[in-house]
Amino acid sequence: MSPRLRWRKFVSGFMLTMTGVCAVVAVSVLFLILGYLAVHGGASINWNFFTKLPVPVGETGGGLANAILGSAKMLLLATIFGVPIGFFGAIYLAEFSGGTTAFIVRYAADLLNGVPSIVIGIFAYSLVVHPFKQYSTLAGGFALGLMMIPITLRSTEEFLRAVPNPLREAAMALGASKWKTIVTVIVPAAYRGILTAVLLAFARVAGETAPLLFTALGNQFWSPGWTHPTASLPVMIFTYALAPYDDWHRQAWAAGLVLLVLILVINIVARAILSRGIAVPRS
Amino acid sequence: MATTTSTVPSAGPVAGSRSFLSRLRQGDEIARMITFLFAASVVLVTLLLVFELWQGSVLPRHKFGFNFFRTSVWDPIFEQFGALPFIYGTLVTATVSLLIAVPLGIGAAIFLAELAPARVSDTLEFFIDLLAAVPSVIYGVLGVFMVVPLMRQYVQPALKHSFGFLPLFQGPAYGVGFLTAGIVLAIMVIPYIISVSREVLLSVPRDQREAALSLGATRWESTWKVVVPFARAGIFGSIFLALARALGETMAVTMVIGNTPVISASLFSPGYSIAAVIANEFTEATGDLHTQSLIELGLVLFILTFILNGFARLLIVATSKRGSGLGHA
Amino acid sequence: MKRIAGLLLVVLAVAGVLWADNPLSITGAGATFPYPMYSKWFDEYHKKNANLEINYQSIGSGGGIKQVTEGTVDFGATDGPMNDDQLKAFQDKHGFGILHFPTVLGADVPAYNIPGMTAELNFTQDAIAGIFLGKITKWNDPAISGPNKGANLPANDIVVVHRSEGSGTTYIWTDYLSKVSEEWKTKVGKGASVNWPVGLGAKGNESVAGTIKNTPNSFGYVELIYAIQNNMPYGRVRNSSGAFVKADLASVTAAAAGAAKNMPDDFRVSITDAPGKTAYPISSFTWLLVPAKFSDATKRDAIKGFVKWMLADGQNYTEALSYAKLPKEVVAKELKALNNVQ
Repeated sequence: MSPRLRWRKFVSGFMLTMTGVCAVVAVSVLFLILGYLAVHGGASINWNFFTKLPVPVGETGGGLANAILGSAKMLLLATIFGVPIGFFGAIYLAEFSGGTTAFIVRYAADLLNGVPSIVIGIFAYSLVVHPFKQYSTLAGGFALGLMMIPITLRSTEEFLRAVPNPLREAAMALGASKWKTIVTVIVPAAYRGILTAVLLAFARVAGETAPLLFTALGNQFWSPGWTHPTASLPVMIFTYALAPYDDWHRQAWAAGLVLLVLILVINIVARAILSRGIAVPRS
Repeated sequence: MATTTSTVPSAGPVAGSRSFLSRLRQGDEIARMITFLFAASVVLVTLLLVFELWQGSVLPRHKFGFNFFRTSVWDPIFEQFGALPFIYGTLVTATVSLLIAVPLGIGAAIFLAELAPARVSDTLEFFIDLLAAVPSVIYGVLGVFMVVPLMRQYVQPALKHSFGFLPLFQGPAYGVGFLTAGIVLAIMVIPYIISVSREVLLSVPRDQREAALSLGATRWESTWKVVVPFARAGIFGSIFLALARALGETMAVTMVIGNTPVISASLFSPGYSIAAVIANEFTEATGDLHTQSLIELGLVLFILTFILNGFARLLIVATSKRGSGLGHA
Repeated sequence: MKRIAGLLLVVLAVAGVLWADNPLSITGAGATFPYPMYSKWFDEYHKKNANLEINYQSIGSGGGIKQVTEGTVDFGATDGPMNDDQLKAFQDKHGFGILHFPTVLGADVPAYNIPGMTAELNFTQDAIAGIFLGKITKWNDPAISGPNKGANLPANDIVVVHRSEGSGTTYIWTDYLSKVSEEWKTKVGKGASVNWPVGLGAKGNESVAGTIKNTPNSFGYVELIYAIQNNMPYGRVRNSSGAFVKADLASVTAAAAGAAKNMPDDFRVSITDAPGKTAYPISSFTWLLVPAKFSDATKRDAIKGFVKWMLADGQNYTEALSYAKLPKEVVAKELKALNNVQ
């Protein structure tokens, strides 16, 4: 073996090992985050955390129950607002629309998807908070729902399109109208993918903080109804992490762990649902 | 990306062949109209967003014009608003993050696409996708409690010691600053580079590799000199995607950048980014000029990310078309 | 699938009913300076009035002024009184005015984090101004070490920490600096949000305290209680009589003595650099901003009820958190002014 070849082989082995190192480093970050939060925040996850309200500044104890409920309410609103728009819009794109309209709608969805979340916050403030002179759960839910729309729309459209044509044609041959075909054949065939899309969109907005700063504000009590400011998990994590109180830090880590685990579990479940379904292209 | 063949037309027999009334009776026309409304609302809401950004920034656009992008004084008392420090901060942190994330990301993608057996590759990709799902505020927490002390106690002094002659590494070691923000951003965008690059690398036709290897190239040479260049456009696309993400990041950045509108050659200096200043000042910007200047910053950010995302998509699509067009792996 | 949807709707309806505006919820926002006090007050008041929740968000005085002017919150809070332009803006927008109600007396203290140093440092007016102007950069500068004979000050760079957003605490600090340093007055000026010559920005008193605590060689200003609650060393400041005074209940009350006698009708007054040998020079009142007119009578009565309670029982909670009580004359005057809220 010539020395040149030996060198090239060495370089090859070395560089390929380095790529392996890169991969390991990248993946280990995930476990680093989980580990840190678990070690520091795990101990603070107790019954109080889930049931108590925050206590006055500087005192210890208390929990983040109102933040958990606030986040849940806003996510519910976001799903109710964002998912139908994405879902029915996708049906239009996949089943009814012509080329130009489809292009425009998809382009708008991609645009909306790329908007930084802080800008969504500005938009929601000027549309919902400012005219009604009220920070509210509704405004927060609206902002989050906006972010769910493009993800739901694009993914659902892809899964609908992936339903094989023979299924459609068979339904038509049996005399079903278009909408009946959609409702009874196409959507059920694609439901796994659609469910995955919704879950992934949900997980994505569950952790969003920036849009909530200008819409839901915050609340140290329970937020009554839907038209008042409310605490939320991501905003509390942000506030507590930057404060000097150790007790707040512990709560921030605990909340971070809860939020992260929730999001990861949803992601894993979504992928599991998908992998057991029909083989569809990943978007 | 192996998608089903590109043209799946509106499925089924051509709808126009039946009369309008018959379609109406069968409910199809209603279904079409309802779903059209939903689809149209997406377009409407997006247009409304752009409109609000444009309208909401009319004062500073008329008062400062393009000087908005050239001046660096941000003074709410004297009503002088110059966006330069924020644009600078946004670009610097994004650049630092890419400098770190791109080599790491492409390296990992190469490993996953070329070397790792399918099962390992899929499992690792699974974890990478999970990493992409971690919310920004959690990265911020990681930044504040782990990265900042590390930077302040070990990394910054070490860099200063070895490279302190460069203006890049001068100044006191605060822990927070451009470099720290860049590092945290790098961690956040690596998953995007890896997953997209891995896909485009996987879509490079097998014959390319085989041809190189049959000509005597080593594994690495075949990868680096043939496969990667073939997928070059898609990899650039992934970088643009990552850049777009880095530019718009708010929470993690504002927690570690130091929140000071400063333009400095040193990476140790605290700085500010567009997203961070909006988050900090929006709820309390007194005076319309201040508020609208912040909205104009939002508009700038929106336009930047819009352009980058557009490029990214073009490049990624171009690569996959190229890959599938030449016969498939 | 349909059953799940149905179930969801039922849950929604129940949730809507259960949480439909049962307690009266009032929202206020503003200063972080008195936040520990307000959070304690509103918590206690809620215990006494279970049907009333006063939700206070500490977003900074600038935010308080802006949001109450916008009308997105029911009341505001600030440690930098609204200036004439801001008052006029409110009047123009709503057709009626907005009233200031002092709540407590507090102090901005110079907190620092010098590794190994727990001693109380003495700061002259020039030292503080010089540090914040960026002219004094090292801890062992003669301007600092002069009045601190015996303290082993290191030759490290000072890391200045200030607020990143519109802040009444900043207003108090810069108001003081403008009075004691001509250079500061012309170069930077006083305000809730200034063009800082040097330093790191952090959001809220909480975050400034956090940053100082975590950053060696740092120096910044926070409200007294934040320094105490977090065991942070803070220094003495030289007052107009030349004495180095530490911020505490007595020295803050002494600073307000003159103002108590001559309180203007709108309660907007500055007590920084107050005369008096024992006065702490960086003290201040902090105010609630209450609109003069409410369209919702229940909200108006709830807020008026709180202010009355605050001026009486509420004052008994202040000293535990190191805020000084309001002088008696001021309390009497405020109770009268409360009648102007309709």
